[in-house]
Amino acid sequence: MQIRQLSLFLENKPGQLRIPAKVLGDAGIDILTMSLADTHQFGILRLVVKDTDRARAVLEDAGVVVNVTDVLAVDVPDRPGGLASVLEAFENAGLGIEYMYPFATRERGRYATLLFRLEDPAKAASLLQQHGVRLVSPAELFARAG
Amino acid sequence: MASSSIVARGALPPGFENRLYDPAEALPRDELSALQLRRLQETVERAARVPSYREALGRAGVSAADIRSLDDLRRLPFTVKDDLRRNYPLGLLAVPREQVVRIHGSSGTTGRPTFVAYTRRDLDTWTGLVARFLVAGGLRPEHTVHVAFGYGLFTGGFGLHYGIERVGAAVVPAGGGNTPRHVRLIQDLGAQVLICTPSYALHIGEVAAAEGLRPDDLALRFGHFGGEPWTEELRQEIERSLGILAFNNYGLSEVIGPGVAGECGVREGMHVQEDHFIVECLDPKTLEPVPEGEVGELVITSLTKEATPVLRYRTRDLAALDRRPCPCGRTGVRMGRVVGRSDDMLIIRGVNVFPSQVEEALLRVDGTAPQYLIEVSRPGALDEVKVKVELRPGDLRDEMRQMIELKDRIDREIHAVTGIRMSIELVAPGALERSPGKARRVIDHRKAAVA
Repeated sequence: MQIRQLSLFLENKPGQLRIPAKVLGDAGIDILTMSLADTHQFGILRLVVKDTDRARAVLEDAGVVVNVTDVLAVDVPDRPGGLASVLEAFENAGLGIEYMYPFATRERGRYATLLFRLEDPAKAASLLQQHGVRLVSPAELFARAG
Repeated sequence: MASSSIVARGALPPGFENRLYDPAEALPRDELSALQLRRLQETVERAARVPSYREALGRAGVSAADIRSLDDLRRLPFTVKDDLRRNYPLGLLAVPREQVVRIHGSSGTTGRPTFVAYTRRDLDTWTGLVARFLVAGGLRPEHTVHVAFGYGLFTGGFGLHYGIERVGAAVVPAGGGNTPRHVRLIQDLGAQVLICTPSYALHIGEVAAAEGLRPDDLALRFGHFGGEPWTEELRQEIERSLGILAFNNYGLSEVIGPGVAGECGVREGMHVQEDHFIVECLDPKTLEPVPEGEVGELVITSLTKEATPVLRYRTRDLAALDRRPCPCGRTGVRMGRVVGRSDDMLIIRGVNVFPSQVEEALLRVDGTAPQYLIEVSRPGALDEVKVKVELRPGDLRDEMRQMIELKDRIDREIHAVTGIRMSIELVAPGALERSPGKARRVIDHRKAAVA
C-alpha cells in the first residue's frame, strides 16, 4: 500500500527549487503532488511522481541529492470532523505522525486525500486498515491523478 | 593551546614487520648527540658563507668555534620565512651555483614563493630520508606506489618519487589531474600504496565510492600522507573509506621537503630524523622551550644540507615532542601530529581556534563528511564564524527533525571542542571546491577588510 515519495535536499539559495522542477519537466515526468519543508538554511522538497526510479535517476544525474521514502495515502471524509475521526484512528492504533500533506485529487466532495509519513509504513498500513481507515493504493492514486 | 591526542593503534597486520632501512635510525642517543654536534658545527661554518646568515651570526655574536655543546644551539639566531623572501630568489645559497642540481619552491599559498636548492649530495640525503620513513611504514620492493602529489616546484612529488625508487618499489608518477583518472589508474595498475595529501586521499575514497567501488575492489593496502595538518579522526575516516592503513609523515620545503619525520609501525608519533635535523619545541611568544611533552612551535636546524642550510628555522608548525623510547628501536625523538600553525591560528572573539579543531568536531558527528569550509567575518563589533559542512548523499534524512538534529549536533561538538559558537550551514555533496593540493579550509574576511 506504500506510496514511494522522493525527498530532495535543497540549499537555501536562488534556483534550488527550479532545478529539480526543470529536470523532471525535461524528462517528461509529471509531479503529482509536492510539499516543501524549510528552515532558513535548507529545505526538503517531497514529491510524488509515477515513475519514481526514473525521476530519481534523472535528478541524481543533475547532481540533486535524493532519497526515496515510503508514505501512506489516506482518504479522509470531506466533511467537518473528517480529519479528526481519521486522526483518532491513528491515535487508537498507537501511530505517531512525522509529517503529512495533501494529495491533489479529483475526489473532491467525497474524500480529501492526505499523505502521511509514519515510522513503520508497512505495519502502520495494516493497523490503520484494522481501525477502519481508508488507504489508497498507488495504482488508484495514480489513476485519480489522471 | 590545543593538546595533541595520541591514540594507541594496536598491532599491525602481517606484512608490516618492523624493518630499518638505515642502521643510523637506531643510533644510540650518545652517539647521535656526538654526531649532531659535529654536524652542527659544520652547518654553522657553511651558513657563515651566506651574507644574510653571516650578518645574523655577527649580530648574535656567535661563530662556529663557539658551538662546543648542543646547548650552544640556543645562541644561534632564528631564521623565518621572511628571511627566505627577503633573499628571493636564491640569496641564501651556501654553495657555488654550479653545484646546484635541483631547485624546489614552497607553494606560495601565504605570499611570494620561496625557493630552496639541492646539491647532488643533498638529493642523495633527501632520497634516503624518504626511503627510511617509507620502509618504516611498510614499503617493500615488491610494491607498486601511486603518487598523486603534483610534480613540480612542490617537494612532495619528486621527494616521494625518488624515495620510492630507492626502496626498489615501482612508482606510478600519476601527478595531479582529475580524480576519476586516479581511481582508474589505481584500479588498473593494482597499486598497493597511495601517496598524497590526507584530504585528497579522502576525496579519492569518495570518488571511488561514487563509482560503485568498494575498498575490496582496489589493491590498496596502505598510504603515506603528508603536506598538510590532519587529525586522528581523519586518519580513521581515510582508513575506513579506502580500506587501508594510513601513515603520517612530516617535512617542509624550507628544511628539505618530506622526510624530516615519519611514522614507524607503532604509529604513535613521527620519528624526527635527528642525524640530519635538530628539532626544538618552543613557545612561539617567548621562544623558550615548552615543558616536556607540550605543544609548541617546531624550530628546525638542518645538519647536512649543503645548498641551502637553515639555522633554527621557525616552521610555525605546532606539535608536541615525545622523548620516550619507542618500541620499534628507532632513537629519533617522536613528534605528534601538527595540531595547527602558529600563523593559521584563528583568533575568534579573543579565543584561539585551529581549523583542525573544527575538523575533529565534525568527525565526531557520525554522518558528516569532513569536507568543510570555515568563513570568518566581522559584520559588526564581534567576529562571526560560519562553517559550511558538506553532506554525503546518504546523510539526507527525509524528516526535517533529523536534519536539524544533525545540524545541532555539529553545532554542539564544535562548541565543545573550540569553545566558540559557529553557525553551521549544511551544503550539498560536492558543493565545496576540491583541489589536489592543500585543501582550502578557511576564508578570513576580516583580513581582507584590514588590508
